Amino acid sequence: MINKVVSGADEAISDIENGNTLMLGGFGLCGIPENCITALVKKGVKDLTCISNNAGVDDFGIGLMLQQRQVKKMISSYVGENAEFERQLLSGELEVELIPQGTLATRCMASGYGMPAIFTPAGVGTEVAEGKEVRNFNGKDYLMEYAFDADFAIVKAWKGDTAGNLIFRSTSRNFNPVMAMAGKITIAEVEELVEAGELDPDHIHTPGVFVHRIFQGAGYEKRIEQRTVRTKN
Amino acid sequence: MLDKDGIAKRIAKEIKDGFYVNLGIGIPTLVANYIPAGINVVLQSENGLLGMGPFPFEGEEDADLINAGKQTITTLPGSSIFDSALSFGMIRSQKIDLTILGAMEVSENGDIANWKIPGKMVKGMGGAMDLVASAKNIIVAMQHVNKAGESKLLPKCTLPLTGVNCIKKIVTELAVLDVLPEGGFKLIERAPGVSVDYIRQATTGKLFADDNVPEMIFD
Repeated sequence: MINKVVSGADEAISDIENGNTLMLGGFGLCGIPENCITALVKKGVKDLTCISNNAGVDDFGIGLMLQQRQVKKMISSYVGENAEFERQLLSGELEVELIPQGTLATRCMASGYGMPAIFTPAGVGTEVAEGKEVRNFNGKDYLMEYAFDADFAIVKAWKGDTAGNLIFRSTSRNFNPVMAMAGKITIAEVEELVEAGELDPDHIHTPGVFVHRIFQGAGYEKRIEQRTVRTKN
Repeated sequence: MLDKDGIAKRIAKEIKDGFYVNLGIGIPTLVANYIPAGINVVLQSENGLLGMGPFPFEGEEDADLINAGKQTITTLPGSSIFDSALSFGMIRSQKIDLTILGAMEVSENGDIANWKIPGKMVKGMGGAMDLVASAKNIIVAMQHVNKAGESKLLPKCTLPLTGVNCIKKIVTELAVLDVLPEGGFKLIERAPGVSVDYIRQATTGKLFADDNVPEMIFD
């Protein structure tokens, strides 16, 4: 079995350079690669293009990289809840490309599946369609959207093994599996790293072939963005 | 005139047994509270969950289990979890029977604008463009007029569009309206105590109303 294990986040991201394009898994703050984000902030790499559904909050997630002005461009579907993001956007320091969430996921998927483009009805007749090829299939219009081209995909899984196989937990799965398939180099941080053979092959969400580097992360905060509860009667 | 819960309650009557439903943020979320007893419905959350349950009890929140509004939630017996691409696959391939979402404007040909106001910070469309482009049945839940008192039911949307020619039904604090295939809003029901004339005044787009438009009936 090919061993994918690296010592930790610093080693995993050591060859990420200024100007690279990164995919970062997660939905809101759920399932984000906390350890790698911390390491990227420490490394101080700049002019990054980040493909991620959201941009974190001011003091957590990708928001930490925004604070250090490491991000040149965000490609996301929704970027609320972040005052520093708003400030940089309005001042022109940060470029943002907003794209429909399903288009974002499917452009990742296309990349991982080796397909150059997809056709989706999302955004037809809106400003999202500007400059894009429209094709009609069976009487309905679709936009041609290209597969992403990312230098690195950075994902967070619940469990992983030394061969790079990944299992995600609950809705922290979100964009992680499709991004894992889409990076030229894919880095996975996991809450629990086990020996190859300890995970049931039937339970693997992402086969190790897609993962180049894996390590067991530490100190997961798993911050909750909207804590909503009900009370017991 | 209905309050937000009233709008949600009226929309809940449109949900049929066996439906898979996606609820947007805001009033649509409230619809879950009014699904009639004996109706089996599965709620989809586009971040990757079918079978969304209620909020967790205090102390039982799970940071790994949230809905598309980033709220902590629970699963139910029969729930399933999947990735974002698969989630939008089931939306695009119309496995979701009904989408309920809010809007800033709806036009008489069924265009919807709900994601961007020029001059204001744009947060993004999230999954709304995917949902409206693919859903076979969309109900808009919104106020009939905006805070400036202007009608949100228009001949043509003035704000940047989320989707074109896709809205079939609108429920507001004043009325239930269908968007006619040939264009225009057809008044189906009035909120209790609201006159057709009042609704007509609040509707800038073309409004069609029969002589006797019934009031909404709540159980």
